[in-house]
Amino acid sequence: MSILYLTALELSAAIKEKKYTVEDAVKAVLSRIKESDGTFNCYITVDEEGALKEAADVQEKIDNGTITGPLAGVPVAIKDNICTEGLLTTCASKILYNFVPTFSSEAVINLKNAGAVIIGKTNMDEFAMGSTTETSHFGPTKNPRNPEHVPGGSSGGSASAVAADECFFALGSDTGGSIRQPASYCGVVGMKPTYGRVSRYGLIAYGSSLDQIGPLCKDVSDCAAIMEVICSHDPKDSTSVKRDDNDFTKALVDDVKGMKIGIPRDYFKEGLDDEVRDAVLKAVDVLKEKGAVVEEFDLSLVDYAIPTYYTIAAAEASSNLERFDGIKYGYRTEEYNGLHNMYKKTRSEGFGDEVKRRIMLGSFVLSSGYYDAYYLKALKVKALIKKAFDEAFSKYDIIIGPVAPTTAPKLGESLSDPIAMYLSDIYTISVNLAGLPGMSVPCGTGKDNLPIGLQLIGDCFNEKALIRAAYAYECAGGCYHKNFGGKDGD
Amino acid sequence: MANIISDETIEYVGILAKLELNEAQKEAAKRDMGSMLDYIDKLGELDTDGIEPMSHVFDVKNVWREDVVTNGDDRENILKNAPGEKDGMFEVPKTFD
Amino acid sequence: MPNGYETVIGLEVHVELATKTKIFCGCSTAFGGEPNTHTCPVCTGMPGSLPVLNKQVLEYAVAVGLASNCDITRYCKFDRKNYFYPDNPQNYQISQLYLPICRNGHVDIETENGKKSVRIHEIHMEEDAGKLIHDEYDDCSYVDYNRSGVPLIEIVSEPDMRSADEVIAYLEKLRMIIQYLGASDCKLQEGSMRADVNLSVRPLGQEEFGTRTEMKNLNSFKAIRRAIEGETERQIDIIESGEKVVQETRRWDDNAGESYAMRSKEDAQDYRYFPDPDLVPVSISDEFISDIKAKEPEFREEKKQRYIDEYKLPEYDTDIITGSKKMADIFEETVKCGADPKKVSNYLMGETMRILKEKELDPQDITFKSESLAKLIALQDKKSINGTVAKEVFEVMFFEDIDPEEYVKEKGLLTVNDEGALRTTVQKVIDENPQSVADYKGGKEKALGFLVGQTMKAMQGKADPASVNAILKELLS
Repeated sequence: MSILYLTALELSAAIKEKKYTVEDAVKAVLSRIKESDGTFNCYITVDEEGALKEAADVQEKIDNGTITGPLAGVPVAIKDNICTEGLLTTCASKILYNFVPTFSSEAVINLKNAGAVIIGKTNMDEFAMGSTTETSHFGPTKNPRNPEHVPGGSSGGSASAVAADECFFALGSDTGGSIRQPASYCGVVGMKPTYGRVSRYGLIAYGSSLDQIGPLCKDVSDCAAIMEVICSHDPKDSTSVKRDDNDFTKALVDDVKGMKIGIPRDYFKEGLDDEVRDAVLKAVDVLKEKGAVVEEFDLSLVDYAIPTYYTIAAAEASSNLERFDGIKYGYRTEEYNGLHNMYKKTRSEGFGDEVKRRIMLGSFVLSSGYYDAYYLKALKVKALIKKAFDEAFSKYDIIIGPVAPTTAPKLGESLSDPIAMYLSDIYTISVNLAGLPGMSVPCGTGKDNLPIGLQLIGDCFNEKALIRAAYAYECAGGCYHKNFGGKDGD
Repeated sequence: MANIISDETIEYVGILAKLELNEAQKEAAKRDMGSMLDYIDKLGELDTDGIEPMSHVFDVKNVWREDVVTNGDDRENILKNAPGEKDGMFEVPKTFD
Repeated sequence: MPNGYETVIGLEVHVELATKTKIFCGCSTAFGGEPNTHTCPVCTGMPGSLPVLNKQVLEYAVAVGLASNCDITRYCKFDRKNYFYPDNPQNYQISQLYLPICRNGHVDIETENGKKSVRIHEIHMEEDAGKLIHDEYDDCSYVDYNRSGVPLIEIVSEPDMRSADEVIAYLEKLRMIIQYLGASDCKLQEGSMRADVNLSVRPLGQEEFGTRTEMKNLNSFKAIRRAIEGETERQIDIIESGEKVVQETRRWDDNAGESYAMRSKEDAQDYRYFPDPDLVPVSISDEFISDIKAKEPEFREEKKQRYIDEYKLPEYDTDIITGSKKMADIFEETVKCGADPKKVSNYLMGETMRILKEKELDPQDITFKSESLAKLIALQDKKSINGTVAKEVFEVMFFEDIDPEEYVKEKGLLTVNDEGALRTTVQKVIDENPQSVADYKGGKEKALGFLVGQTMKAMQGKADPASVNAILKELLS
């Protein structure tokens, strides 16, 4: 079996056993990228030279015992909205086409300290605004399971890089489903941690109150191990939370006896594809058989999550993206007449349509006379949504539902109708509004070879319950990625 | 469509957001914003009287640092990405104040 | 007031706080660095950077609020104020709109027209902007972000003032409070205290306010006074000519003595404030407030009383010395070095005030060391130098960093205490001035003064006049 089909944990174990070197792993990934990234376009930047150099450094540290953790020597891909010192970071936008950060995000520093080797920066929807990775300035990414389809978004490059074996795991960011939905579309495991678990320092903000960095990986064990590394309290991020329960691998236990699982009826109504519904309910049955207690319930307010989300996210984005003005970094228009014309031309030429649409909406909902009616109203509904989840978690350990209503749509089908595209986020968005942890685990394959994802939602800081349930489920059917790879791999 | 976005509104939002749209883009923006606002108006169905607006999900308070200098001269890095630079400063189009 | 109008004034006063670091990052607030050498990703708005509040800013803001009789907002937040300008690196300024740290205060002022209370609407915390540098011959401007992120408090008064005198009295009172707290040096010229004047006029007796304008760029009390007078006149002229005052922001040009509107169609003045999601709320406990109260310094009135009780200073002296925190500090430190309180007071009220007035300086500008003043007084006490020399040395010491003991040695200014030498010189003066000696002996007291003067001259000023006097009297008797 090729080195590429190993999980991150298997690879680092093999490196420790000297079956492979770090360089073997990096070279395998680089050659895989050369072979397939022309088709999939997972990467915006591949740092061949840096990765090989880092491989040698890390190998030395593994050999002399300075680095011992479970990610030592494992090649990782980083979403291009997460700052990496000295490595181009574009947010898939023309406005940052040449931006090279002078510092690394805290999550990346944590990974590097653990010995992970950064291979490159992955494609995404511009500024993480989109659900298909088609709004990227650098062209769309294709779904490795079926290249006629989108990989989902906005962390589409990270999800497809994992699915295509162009890395062993990746970091993404999730503001309204941007890790879980592409993980679902690409048949990989993805987790959006509780808000505050992972430092946002170095994550280029879209919706600051909703953004959270998380892993995309091949299986649940990798997910737990990566979470242990990237979660930390960071004094540079005021919203970062100090926790002493980051030992997620402890939750890798194949036992869900007595676990109370709530199934929100609202997530199985009109709009959900039959094949997705069937796959999700089948997965629930697996957990039931293993002793989980499953009950349907009404979550309520589900239909209000999307308008609430777009009001808050657009408002925050309109402000967060003001700094892109052609003065301190990034793109500046060539010809202009005075300061304000420079601002307008730079931003109009530098941002794509979807970004402009959200900036304009956000500026409008915050503008004089509309703040109360739109922005404040949305913050109040957010409080109600949070309350609905609090009530649910007084009864259940976790909530399970689909990640998205359908499998990955075809390329070019989504962008024409923004609202229809926004609707595909209906099951993931409220998790961000309530700050909860959410996870996507593959639970089947639909028509056209397209994967289906199972979403597990937990109470604040209860990632362990998600990992435990996901691990138990995975133990029953095996790692989807390996099964899928087994079909057409070597 | 319940929300009709006027030319003036789009013009005004363009000034706030520093975006310049051509005629076709303006028409599209009016349409898109109108339909988004129709959609957002759905929130009006909910009675939120007496509900405290929630900007932070968790009750985290009083995060601060002590008044100690931790940063030195990092000018070279700070200016590294600047489209225009002179004498250690960022170059900008002439401003009058 | 001309033509029966009344001027209504409210102030927005920005004060730069005396913290070591910026409000949201660990960069130094020190003045005078090369451009952009006191910057980091946070205060230059780099993508991915995040702010963390400097606790000292909060403590200063609460201290100023308590000292100006404000209610402290127990649960306060920061908001973003969105506007595009190159000195504002994020294109939003972190400030406070919805829940400012202090509200509903007042300070009491006194003018020729009597005492009055000026209400404070609110005090909020915010970050300062960078500096734009313009080159006349260049097509471009340049930005230096060293000041970007320096902490400010903005003190917003109610429209309670009616004249330039009241405005100045209010500003002086605020400055005194803040300086005593050590929260800022409040220098108008250097911009660590800035006042924007909101002004409207109305016919005497009218209840409702007229349309107001906001005047910016006022960097001295003189400029403030002139701007108030100028703007009052301008508005009355507009109203008298049947037109309407436009609500706008104007910039005062103190050289031209006039203001002009700062209008642009690109400035929508719609700041889209909303709570900053990157910063968490601040909750202020009773303990936090009592800690700050406990640290509260001795304010002016208490100080005056203590100076009278402890140092037996005349009330007149205490009034002058406590007029600025800086003077009071120098006084106390010098006394602590062992100098006699009254002698220190004399130096501060006399020579110090004289030089400040002559050079148009503020007590804040004083740089001499209290230790040096104590040494100078000690030299005089020991009669090592005489009063005239002491004054000369003081003047040098005021502008240059010298050690008076070494200075008088180096410059040979020490009094000659060798009685033999003094006697010889006096005898020589007596011998050379027979007429004056005769006059003195004939009862002309004044002649003695002339002889003392001649001796001092012969001694190049380095004699103790009292000793010269005594020896002369002895030799002439």
